Amino acid sequence: MTTDSFPALSLVPKADALQTAKDFKSDQEVRWCPGCGDYAILSAVQSFLPDLGLKRENIVFISGIGCSSRFPYYLDTFGLHSIHGRAPAIATGLATSRPDLSVWVITGDGDALSIGGNHLIHALRRNVNLKILLFNNRIYGLTKGQYSPTSERGKITKSSPQGSVDYSFNPVSLALGAEATFVARTIDSDRKHLTDVLTAAAAHEGTALVEIYQNCNIFNDNAWEPLKDINTRDDLMMRLVHGEAIRFGKNQEKGVVRKSDGHLEVVEITKVGLDNIITHDAHAKDPGLAFALSRLSNPRTLENTPIGVFRDITRPSYDRLMREQIAKVTEDQGAGDLQTLLYGKDTWAVS
Amino acid sequence: MSKQIVQLNKVVIRFAGDSGDGMQLTGDRFTSETAGMGNDLSTLPDFPAEIRAPAGTLPGVSAFQLHFADHDIMTPGDSPNVLVAMNPAALKANLHDVPRGADIIVNTDEFTKRNLVKVGYETNPIEDGSLDQFKVHPVALTSMTVEALKEFEISKKEAERAKNMFALGLLCWLYHRPTEGTAEFLKAKFGKNPEIMKANLRAFEAGWSYGETTEEFSIQYEIKPAPMKAGTYRNMSGNLALSYGLIAASKLSGLTLFLGSYPITPASDILHELSRHKRFGVMTFQAEDEIAGVGAAIGASYGGALGVTTTSGPGVALKSEAIGLAVSLELPLLVVDVQRGGPSTGLPTKTEQSDLLQAMFGRNGEAPVPIVAPQSPSDCFFAAIEAARIAITYRTPVFLLSDGYLANGSEPWCVPDVSLLAKIDPNFATELNHEAADGTMEFWPYLRNPETLARPWAIPGTAGLEHRIGGIEKTDGAGTISYDADNHDKMVRLRQAKVDAIARTIPELVVDDPDGDARVLIMGWGSTYGPIGAACRLVRTEGKSVAQIHLRHLNPFPSNLENILKSYDRVILPEMNLGQLSMLLRAKYLVDIISYNQVRGMPFKSDELATVINDVLESV
Repeated sequence: MTTDSFPALSLVPKADALQTAKDFKSDQEVRWCPGCGDYAILSAVQSFLPDLGLKRENIVFISGIGCSSRFPYYLDTFGLHSIHGRAPAIATGLATSRPDLSVWVITGDGDALSIGGNHLIHALRRNVNLKILLFNNRIYGLTKGQYSPTSERGKITKSSPQGSVDYSFNPVSLALGAEATFVARTIDSDRKHLTDVLTAAAAHEGTALVEIYQNCNIFNDNAWEPLKDINTRDDLMMRLVHGEAIRFGKNQEKGVVRKSDGHLEVVEITKVGLDNIITHDAHAKDPGLAFALSRLSNPRTLENTPIGVFRDITRPSYDRLMREQIAKVTEDQGAGDLQTLLYGKDTWAVS
Repeated sequence: MSKQIVQLNKVVIRFAGDSGDGMQLTGDRFTSETAGMGNDLSTLPDFPAEIRAPAGTLPGVSAFQLHFADHDIMTPGDSPNVLVAMNPAALKANLHDVPRGADIIVNTDEFTKRNLVKVGYETNPIEDGSLDQFKVHPVALTSMTVEALKEFEISKKEAERAKNMFALGLLCWLYHRPTEGTAEFLKAKFGKNPEIMKANLRAFEAGWSYGETTEEFSIQYEIKPAPMKAGTYRNMSGNLALSYGLIAASKLSGLTLFLGSYPITPASDILHELSRHKRFGVMTFQAEDEIAGVGAAIGASYGGALGVTTTSGPGVALKSEAIGLAVSLELPLLVVDVQRGGPSTGLPTKTEQSDLLQAMFGRNGEAPVPIVAPQSPSDCFFAAIEAARIAITYRTPVFLLSDGYLANGSEPWCVPDVSLLAKIDPNFATELNHEAADGTMEFWPYLRNPETLARPWAIPGTAGLEHRIGGIEKTDGAGTISYDADNHDKMVRLRQAKVDAIARTIPELVVDDPDGDARVLIMGWGSTYGPIGAACRLVRTEGKSVAQIHLRHLNPFPSNLENILKSYDRVILPEMNLGQLSMLLRAKYLVDIISYNQVRGMPFKSDELATVINDVLESV
């Protein structure tokens, strides 16, 4: 694969030589708990980055606070470990002023959806050229086990001994509600799917949100286990592929149809016929169908959980529009002259 | 009829009316004509936080004060010689500032029973004798304007709205101001609506002619130009000067100016102004909130831009954590705080100096941040460049503490020759800087310049210098995460030492003591420079001695400050807060500062400060 496959990265300088995963490993000792899902994501990212063929020094990882946010320390690129929830804002400033960089945000369900919720939705609506990887483990890890905005209602944690009364966010629904131009979901343990989704995100111009189901084996072990267990996963999880019918199940026996009232429903294909199963269109301009798909899953049982790229549409990125405005004004009026600016239009001379 | 012409050496005029009466515009126009005449001048707009409070009520009163003279002046004036009151509310809200014998021009058309009742007047003050101690000029501004505009095809309401131009014309006649500028201004402003443009122009001319012909005004005044040093001048307000200073800093450093900002009074005009200058490559990002504004500025600085965020006190409170991050990252960042009355929402459109301690200490941990404060509207230009110099040279966030008075006030400015402004060297790191134990070279992001203690600024895109930094404590030099106790102690002290080291590049304070024998020193910081300086002049004209210093750098302090403070019997420090700088000075230098404080949302009056100085002089 060459960078020509990534028109969104056309302004980022290309590496002179082939790279390997090793080139992206920093000299820092990784300090996540043994068994943490973050290891698999780190390894996948280190293996996937060489495929972009970009100069290492033109890649920047920016994170907030939380276990996932230690991620930049372990990559031998430029990295900034910032403050809780603010990584999308910081990355917006960087990506807007530096079109020659590939900017990635690493965040978690607490960082992105609680304290940083505002920055996340605004980054998504603006469509800044950022790739946001949201590690969702449905728990607060670094503060030792409180419920998070994606925890299921009723969850018993240190801060909710009688069970949480919070209703949870669905990050994909939230991102689609903000009209994000690229929204996807993948799983830490599925290396191939994770890599494919990251590749699609990298190719997208604008903000990409990738929700990664990630396991915290200390405070919320097996939160996504039904989606990983070989005995249950195929019955629970539907893999979205653009242009293909949305069907799943051990024998591909289930599919998604649109009911007469407009809502989506999971049905036995034999009962409705394959022709009635809807085809996934990630490029649909209207986010409605993608949103409806995101609502199919049951947050408690994980039934009908779609993974893959929900939405991938083209809309000019914020940073491109800003650069174009500056270029247009400069072309029309010429570059600014400071002395002329300071004089202004209304001066008088004293001799 | 020929009118008597009287020479004056200075005048203070206050235009006051309803928020919708166009008083700020009227004041701005009169200021422009006055600047063009070569008078020295100083202005003070005073407007309500409400955009349009109910018409004719006290909360809706908007005022603009202008002081102009045939000599160098330092303040917008303590009290007006002339009050233009467009309605009863404007009269009532401003009368307490008007000294006995002053002129009051009232728009009699608005003194209706209904309007009088609205503001609690039981009888008409124009008629009931309560204004006998003033020279009242009743003028039917509205009806004369409507009459003058009857041939125009505009509505009665539109005609009435031109009454501010009638008033402006009258005042221009009264003080011998030229009219060409206003004519041109109206042509440009209403160019798309010729009928309205012509009507406003006619109203302006009618006001002038009314002055010429009426017996109400028998005297015309002249104020000769003030002697000023040779140069090209323009009128300059604080927020405009600050915006231009930021653009200049960008040019001088070769760095892209990136502004991350969220609208807030009284700082929004800087965002508006900078967004107009894209041809200078300026990037303005209107963020979703105050935190995103500073966050984006930090991100831009990380990428090698000059990251700036502009706000007022409540916004600084929200940005505190991010400013602490910038302290830890040791990246350049300008935080512009145009101070307003606090706490909380406070007085959004009024001035105050009460964010000094917030700028100084308002962060978790030991997080020193340099502070620079401009002393006059046009000085905001140079203060912005100085703040940028410190931020870039020392890789640190810097506070630029302006205030509402500086932001909206204006004065003549001798435009500097930009070729004489000192360049700022960003000095980006491009090379590996440390030899590892095995002899290979590596990059240490926290290996400091021994003189400035600044760390290398290696921006993304610099091959071989890939590194990771963050808000967690870092190992001295190597910059890797460290929880080591001794290392933390060292890093805390290093960050403080770096800020302290800035004092070496700050000019020493020069005491203004014309007699050289003063025993009392009066000092200030920020926008109090004008009122304090004017008070010193008043005291000195009485033959008494007082010395003055004014601080531009609040952190660190200039290196000779302690010696100066300790060489006077008394030190007076007026502040528009409850004694914030005085607390810092007392703690640092053990000097018994006499703190004089006022938080009325308005600048000090020089008379008031002269009394303070005189009282202290008597006690020595």
